[in-house]
Amino acid sequence: MKGISTILVVTTLLALVPIVTTSNVVLNFLVTTLLIALVGQGWNLLGGYGGQYSFGHAAFFGTGAYATAILQLRFGVNAWVAFGFAIAAGALVGAIIGALSFRSGLKGSYFALVTLAFAEVLRIIASVAPVTGAGVGLLVKLDLRPEAFQFQSRLPFYIIAVALVAIAMIVVRLIEDSRFGAYLVAVRENEDAAKALGVNVVRTKLIAMTVSAAITASGGAFYAQYFLFVDSGIAYGPWISIEALLAPIIGGVGTVFGPLLGALVVKTLGELAKHVTGDAPGLDLVIYGSVLVLVVAFAPRGIAGLVASVRNLFQKARETAAGERSRG
Amino acid sequence: MAEPVLQVENVSKRFGGLLAVDKASFTADKGRITALIGPNGAGKTTLFSIISGFAKPTEGHIRYRGVDITGQPPHLLARQGIARTFQIVQPFTGLTVRENIAVGSHLYRAGRVEALDAATEIAEVLDLGNMLDQPAASLTVAGRKRLELARALAIEPRLLLLDEVLAGLNPSEVRDMLPVIRAIANRGVTIVMIEHIMQAVMSLAEQVFVLSEGRIIAQGAPQAIAADPRVIEAYLGRGAAERMSAGAVHG
Repeated sequence: MKGISTILVVTTLLALVPIVTTSNVVLNFLVTTLLIALVGQGWNLLGGYGGQYSFGHAAFFGTGAYATAILQLRFGVNAWVAFGFAIAAGALVGAIIGALSFRSGLKGSYFALVTLAFAEVLRIIASVAPVTGAGVGLLVKLDLRPEAFQFQSRLPFYIIAVALVAIAMIVVRLIEDSRFGAYLVAVRENEDAAKALGVNVVRTKLIAMTVSAAITASGGAFYAQYFLFVDSGIAYGPWISIEALLAPIIGGVGTVFGPLLGALVVKTLGELAKHVTGDAPGLDLVIYGSVLVLVVAFAPRGIAGLVASVRNLFQKARETAAGERSRG
Repeated sequence: MAEPVLQVENVSKRFGGLLAVDKASFTADKGRITALIGPNGAGKTTLFSIISGFAKPTEGHIRYRGVDITGQPPHLLARQGIARTFQIVQPFTGLTVRENIAVGSHLYRAGRVEALDAATEIAEVLDLGNMLDQPAASLTVAGRKRLELARALAIEPRLLLLDEVLAGLNPSEVRDMLPVIRAIANRGVTIVMIEHIMQAVMSLAEQVFVLSEGRIIAQGAPQAIAADPRVIEAYLGRGAAERMSAGAVHG
């Protein structure tokens, strides 16, 4: 199908990077980049396609991370099974927050603030509740066996990260080409017009938020398994909410490749900044901020949009040239 | 006797101290064009919003094909075959013309390809065929009005509520639209139109209801309505009808 083959080609190329280098630094960098691409893809479905800008995707990321850790530590569940449950738990939290905010008709900045508030409430609860390890956090027991979703080297993690990003992109691409996707975009563009055409606006947003939360929760679950540590600041902290929206906005909101592109650009710039300034704390944030300002000011449709307009420009130039040739 | 598709019964709508619609009642018969006219602020659009589920009446009932549908949400009414256009056009600006219409076509078609094909057909009927891939934002006023109508038709309605689809069009564009609307009615779609352009009302409508200050003050065939002194007064002020007939005698 159109689009899916491109996704497969790009992700296969990414999966082949370890042939060139297996340096831990490079793989570690790519894994965190892919993690942001994954979390951002979740945000993109709700924010980019549905127009509902969440400032609290940490709520889903954190739920995924904590669910993975808690199920293993407290209930002895297998890590892979816990991974599945973590995605479901994230989806459930998404459905609950979505139901509460969409049913009461929250839109725009009000929706953004409410999602931010939910994430912060969860963070504070997690920082005091015993089940989440309170202020200390949770350490997932070291058990370096593939059955336990832990590996000797970074390579398998890298391949899994690529696979998760590929799956998320394919899911979003399939939604793009479905009735639900058309309704979601219609809701973003004009809710009243969508209603008049038979679209159940609340239900559409709710489904989008649930799937979005599930994708983001898979990122959280992956994080817990990769770093084997979760605490309230990591899981529910605002940093992940910001990364989740930054990547798609910079890469191109409402496009399948936006989050991946954005994550690559932002992470590369952040890494370069660290090198240039010798790890000055917070400088990567300054870079994020500047890139965001530049993108919003000069490329509101992100890098993907920029690429499309440049391509259009070339096409027009070629058409005019062809037209002149046929006339001459 | 034609069967009524839409029955509005004693509908009132109060916004705080303002009574926008005051016990209005009218019916629209199957396959016919019914016009709702009246001066600005008479409550016509409010009445449309109530019929299409966007607003709840303070009192009164709406019956559609014999069933009380008062207070149902717009998307459920759309699925039962009630389509509306908006007086202030509401295109999905970021989408192309074809994608705009396809949102409506999806109501009875799950597949993307089928929906886009159906949208293309409707676009051809409304003369939007050569703008299929243009963004809706780039359309002219006339184009947007046509798009509004095309989208409403895409949900294959039984009852079509047209809120000033001709407003803002130039005379030749209006002339082009009249046969389009008539053709829709000839296919068996019941149409209720709010319209200020009397030339269009006279040529299209079989039944006219006049709304003034929230009340239905007159009803009848277009020619009778145009001569009705109450209607003339509603538009031109108290005593206007008298002065006009006096003028006719003296002149």
